[in-house]
Amino acid sequence: MSLAFSPDAERELERLVHRYPNRRAAVIPALILADREFGYLSREAMEYVAKRLEVPPSWVMGSATFYTMLRKRPTGKHHIQVCVNVACYLRGADRLGDHLKKRLGIGFGEVTTDGLFSLEGVQCLAACGTAPVLRVNDEYHEDMTIEKADALIESLRRAPEGAPSPGPGGGR
Amino acid sequence: MIAIPDNPTRGHLLRCGPGESIRDLKAHQALGGLKALRHALTMQPAAVVEEVRKATIRGRGGAGFPAGTKWSFLPKDNPKPRYLVINADEGEPGTFKDRYFLRQDPFALLEGIAISAFAIGAHAAYVYVRGEFVQEIRILEDAIDRMRKEGVLGRSVLESGFHLDIHVHPGAGAYICGEESALLESIEGKPGRPRNRPPFPAVAGLWGCPTIINNVETMACVRLVLLHGADAFLAMGQPKDGGPKIYGLSGHVKRPGLYEAPLGLTLRQLIYDLGGGTLDDRPIKGIIPGGSSTPVLGPDALDVAMDFDSIKAAGSMLGTAAATVFTEGTCPVAVLLRISRFYAHESCGQCTPCREGTGWLERVVESIEHGTGRPGDCDLLLSAAGQILGNTICALGDAAALPVISFVNRYRDDFEAHITGKRCPYGAA
Repeated sequence: MSLAFSPDAERELERLVHRYPNRRAAVIPALILADREFGYLSREAMEYVAKRLEVPPSWVMGSATFYTMLRKRPTGKHHIQVCVNVACYLRGADRLGDHLKKRLGIGFGEVTTDGLFSLEGVQCLAACGTAPVLRVNDEYHEDMTIEKADALIESLRRAPEGAPSPGPGGGR
Repeated sequence: MIAIPDNPTRGHLLRCGPGESIRDLKAHQALGGLKALRHALTMQPAAVVEEVRKATIRGRGGAGFPAGTKWSFLPKDNPKPRYLVINADEGEPGTFKDRYFLRQDPFALLEGIAISAFAIGAHAAYVYVRGEFVQEIRILEDAIDRMRKEGVLGRSVLESGFHLDIHVHPGAGAYICGEESALLESIEGKPGRPRNRPPFPAVAGLWGCPTIINNVETMACVRLVLLHGADAFLAMGQPKDGGPKIYGLSGHVKRPGLYEAPLGLTLRQLIYDLGGGTLDDRPIKGIIPGGSSTPVLGPDALDVAMDFDSIKAAGSMLGTAAATVFTEGTCPVAVLLRISRFYAHESCGQCTPCREGTGWLERVVESIEHGTGRPGDCDLLLSAAGQILGNTICALGDAAALPVISFVNRYRDDFEAHITGKRCPYGAA
């Protein structure tokens, strides 16, 4: 099966390439777009991006494999990132991470069997003043506690589509 | 000593307190927004550069290099286009101030960018925002669209005839791209591997063109300088370190967050007066004063002033003035392990001392923490760190080595207790 961007993604790609004096510069934003469109960056997805940008696949793969945020394998529908760096560590990130692992029955780097959740330990998310921090898909959840994490998981389970309910910022 | 501001969660730079935001151009204008840009556009670009130089804005990205001086490095006779690049790839652990501007006050940032681009003669500016900030990127792009629609950006900025486009470029989760030459590689679509210098970006930066790279907070400072004048800006801070400063506070404190005060607040003022003291009032064991790469200080440094020179004299660096505090009862080896693991993970792999050395540092610290350290490991760490220092293209090598050296020297007894007792005495492992 061959991959193709949706009409929305096509428009976004068009916008991207006009930002720069050459097409290679659009590699990283185009990879982010492909990651979002296709769920992760398979080899086929990387080749598709190369074809669309008219650059050698090796340039695209070189960048795709360098940047850790670009997913090289599928994640759960709700991809939960736990910051494990120093500021979050000092505010209980390990307890939070362990709790989520136990509750979801998976470790970091794993996906639940129903495909609903995946967990990942990540480096500093630059929200150290509201540590500990979780990032679920595109959304930050700050000043986290075990109780708030439980409520978050429940709301994600109930939400059929779209964004999780408790807003970012932790009220601060 | 600096007087504590009445309301330190707000100020000249922090126009919004916690939970507030200015995401509407009209609201920005109601607060004096665009005045500084209008004023700049009536001046000669060189006069704007001179005003910024007079204000001695020391770059807010961590190195403290004066912004006006940096701008003056642009070659006068190079016919290529000039670029302005803003570093919003916030990633130094402990630091979280860029996100404030992107999220809560994007127009202050964008106005500072427009003024700076006019001053240096750049018609395109790229804001490199870390990729995890998806919402912040959206907010910033909305603000740019708004300004373009209102004629504040685009073909003729506020009908001045000056053309400026501002673009957002997303990162994708590589700390190294906060290093300015790696950041340029990343905008060009390549892996973020730092470049050798010279040539410096001011001479040959983005696509080989003259490029100035500034920090987000620096842009907000530029706006203040043009709004109030260099003298008034200087009067908001210390004579040598111009203007107000945003401080970050995280870790074991009662009120973590962002605060604004002139440079030169003491660590005690930051932690106790602004931060409300430590959790459960426990005594302090360590303070990482300016992001995780800055050497750790002990409670004996509480009366050190947080300005570039005083912190340096105390054996550390001001960095981003984002202090992370940990109290007694915390295992310093476990803290260092988080830091060493981070730098090993983020090394771009280009220079052998860093690629191999950061891995060694992580593994040795890890074995000490897990009770499998060997006698002599402390000296091994100091030696391995010493062999990275100064031997790499960029500062990531030093950033990995300095915390190791400072932690081992300051908490050597703790490290040795792990090795002789064959376990973590704090029960952290």
